[in-house]
Amino acid sequence: MALLEVTDLTVVFQRRGEAPFTAVDGVSFAVEEGQTVGLVGESGCGKSVTSLAIMGLLPRRGVRVSGSVRFEGAELLTESPRQMRDRRGRDLGMVFQDPLSSLNPVVSIGIQVTEVLERHRGMSRSKAMRVAAELLDQVGIPDPRRRLDEYPHQLSGGMRQRALIAMALACQPRLLIADEPTTALDVTIQAQILALLSQLVRDTGTALIMITHDLGVVAGLCDEVNVLYAGRVVERAARHELFARPRHPYTHGLLSSIPRLDAPRGERLVPIRGAVTDNIPWTQGCAFAPRCPNVLEKCLDVTPEMEEDDGRLLRCHNPVRQEVPA
Amino acid sequence: MVTTRKERVDALARMSTDDREGEAGVSLAVSAWRRLRRNPVFLVGAAIIGTFVVVALLSPWLAPHDPSEWMLADQVSKARNEIPPPQPGHPLGGDQVGRDLLSRLLVGSQQTLMVGVFATVIGLGGGLVLGTLAGAIGGWVDSAVMRLVDVMLSIPSLLAAVSIGALFARPSQFTVILAVAIVQIPIFARLLRGSMLAQRNSDHVLAARALGVRPRAIVFRHMLPNSLGPVIVQATLVLAVAIIDAAALSFLGLGNPDDSVPEWGQMLGNAQTVIDSHPNLAFWPAGCIIAVALGFTLVGESLRDALDPKNRR
Amino acid sequence: MLRYTVRRLLQLLGVVLVLSMLLFGWLRLLPGGPVSALLGERATEESRRQLTAQLGLDQPIFVQYGKFLGRALSGDFGSSTGVQPGDAALEVFLQRFPATLELSFFAIVLAVLFGIPLGYLAARRRGTWLDNLGVVGSLVGVAVPVFFLAFLLKYVFAVELGWLPASGRQTGGIDATRVTGFFVLDGLLTREWDAAWDALQHLVLPAMALATIPFAVVFRITRAAVLDVLDEDYVRTAESKGLTTPVIRRRHVLRNAMLPVVTTIGLQTGALLAGAVLTEKVFAFPGLGEALAIGFERRDYPVLQLLIIVAAMVYVLVNLVVDLSYAVIDPRVRVR
Repeated sequence: MALLEVTDLTVVFQRRGEAPFTAVDGVSFAVEEGQTVGLVGESGCGKSVTSLAIMGLLPRRGVRVSGSVRFEGAELLTESPRQMRDRRGRDLGMVFQDPLSSLNPVVSIGIQVTEVLERHRGMSRSKAMRVAAELLDQVGIPDPRRRLDEYPHQLSGGMRQRALIAMALACQPRLLIADEPTTALDVTIQAQILALLSQLVRDTGTALIMITHDLGVVAGLCDEVNVLYAGRVVERAARHELFARPRHPYTHGLLSSIPRLDAPRGERLVPIRGAVTDNIPWTQGCAFAPRCPNVLEKCLDVTPEMEEDDGRLLRCHNPVRQEVPA
Repeated sequence: MVTTRKERVDALARMSTDDREGEAGVSLAVSAWRRLRRNPVFLVGAAIIGTFVVVALLSPWLAPHDPSEWMLADQVSKARNEIPPPQPGHPLGGDQVGRDLLSRLLVGSQQTLMVGVFATVIGLGGGLVLGTLAGAIGGWVDSAVMRLVDVMLSIPSLLAAVSIGALFARPSQFTVILAVAIVQIPIFARLLRGSMLAQRNSDHVLAARALGVRPRAIVFRHMLPNSLGPVIVQATLVLAVAIIDAAALSFLGLGNPDDSVPEWGQMLGNAQTVIDSHPNLAFWPAGCIIAVALGFTLVGESLRDALDPKNRR
Repeated sequence: MLRYTVRRLLQLLGVVLVLSMLLFGWLRLLPGGPVSALLGERATEESRRQLTAQLGLDQPIFVQYGKFLGRALSGDFGSSTGVQPGDAALEVFLQRFPATLELSFFAIVLAVLFGIPLGYLAARRRGTWLDNLGVVGSLVGVAVPVFFLAFLLKYVFAVELGWLPASGRQTGGIDATRVTGFFVLDGLLTREWDAAWDALQHLVLPAMALATIPFAVVFRITRAAVLDVLDEDYVRTAESKGLTTPVIRRRHVLRNAMLPVVTTIGLQTGALLAGAVLTEKVFAFPGLGEALAIGFERRDYPVLQLLIIVAAMVYVLVNLVVDLSYAVIDPRVRVR
């Protein structure tokens, strides 16, 4: 049994006076114990909503969640808010995109780390402070004791994200979700944070769901990658498979739009044309069809299904054949 | 979202020509208006103000009687504390000296509207001059203007209005307006200066400077127009404040002593002596003032929400 | 921090000095003047001249101001000519200050006690009937002229229902011992429960009238601030840690939402004296507001000068306290 099994997860936003919007449309994937799984896609593809649904952090009003999210066999979607509250921070940890806005500006780092320990481990403040100092040390924050008394604005961006990671991992959760953890950081810091995450999940055996729009992040970290488009998984493969031979035109497009140092001189970057908003509903064909270079007449009429294809899952009528020039 | 097959093909065609201008550049004013149109708070406020303005404009024809004629004077008795009650032809009865209350209320809307509008225009005008000077020139002009503003703002506004109102030898409608307006000047000045300062270092002003646009043109064509949003909101709210403050001045005996031409604040202030025995004399003008002040406040608040870029979707 | 406070206090001194100059000149421009107010319109030229000389009003204005300033520094602000004729202006102030302070205290406590919790509740229940009622109510609250509301309260609860006293600070005939000048506190200190209860009853209506606008404003700002904070990423972070609702509410939502609310409370407290002019007049409550109202009517320069300068000082001081209290709540300010 996998640690986390997401089956046919669907999230529909229903605002009064507006047409319902399906943000996540039947997403399925699994995360094994200690495994790192990537969810990749452009903003608006439903990857963040998926993570919030797993955490039980979607607003209760105006949102319909269906399908199944099983964690160690227990169904999370039907658990009571109180049960989910007990799980968050203890079984499930989460790291968010912007470390500055994700930290409370008027509460010291120490309190923000220890509050998790006090809540789930029942520690006293002084014991929790000692543990918190160790945690900050673990995530590579120098002089942790002094940092405990400091406030978020006194820390650098990278330090803040390290502190957030320390909070998420404080109670040694079985699963950590990182939602674009490096997007708001400087490039040099990005690599450090990714290295830290990969080292921590290796050391602690925590499973990790890595949510990103950046295939570079996925390349160094993930065992398995799910590519999302317009709320559905369009391709799933092991990391090396995916990078060596992207089959879905969207994945292919994402890879060709990354600048590469080893690309031949004079070769142009190929952006994906259009924007995420240019889709047609999945019920009437392939949502990516308006932007797809490989589009066929069929793509506008028949919804492609997820199919096993050469050891991977693929949702495409006309996949890419040739390999990416290396 | 695209539904029919033809539209889907059209969508494809549109994509390839890359012509996507139309949707992107919706200006702030247009998007604000779109949100306002659906906002019930704004609609209610606008309806109140609309009714108020229409009544004010048409009141000479709407009023059943001459508001200054003591037509029910025979029913007034100071000694027995009697004031004409509602009767056929006079649905609200008369006032302390026997003038038709309904007519006075209807005609009173004119003066009340004038108090609000003139006070706001004077306050806004003064604030515009001071704030623009401070914000555009900066340096010692800025310091001097802002110290003056600080001193003016160090007295609570109503208290300041009352103090100014007490300054005039012969109080009149004009002195009331002036007293209420002067208090608003520093508020507008500070608002304008703040938003002009914020803009002095903004990219579009820097760009204009880099292009060698003359300073005066930068101030009037780039900085001022972009500062107007918060000023309009404040002006709408001041319309309400001015009408309420004018009533307070009347209450303190600093209002217009000549009551042949009625004004709601004055009617309310003058009703205080008989309020225990004839509360309706206070209730009617008070109700009107509250409704109109509420109308301006509702519109001001919904404008503020609509112009807030945070709410832009 | 200390240097900042000292600098702000010096600034305050400057404001007060400029203001006293402006006020002095300005009040001298007031029509009528104390002479007419004291003697009436039909007094003889001779007696007018006499009184003018006696009050020192015949001298050049800067001489008058110099003398005023010199005396003011030694605590002599002149004698009241209209409010309590013959009493020193300072005496008038000292006598009435506790009354207004007591009234303002109750008003601000009412406004904060109801405004913050209701504002928080409205934000949490955004869009429900409770929220809508609160928002509409707070908008109406700001639109009602304060003195009319005071009349209304007096009319309903004092005149019609007779539940509460209509005017004054205490019922005549009660012989209470004075300790602090705060009647309720005095009653409690001396264990004269009747006197305390009586004083409290006299406070209820004026405090309610005075509290209306601060309440409406505190409610609205709290609601807006909480709504803003609820959308913040750090609240989601707190939720993702599985913290209990009370901890999230207190530590993560309210602590941040209180920043603008504290400013608002400060501004409203500073402006309370303006509302007191109207409220105290309606309830014949013998405080500074009533003194100001009478002072304007009778052109009592010494009292007006003193009271308006005090109002300004209170306003500026309260703002200083607000800025300093920011440093306690917001660590981002502390460093600078």
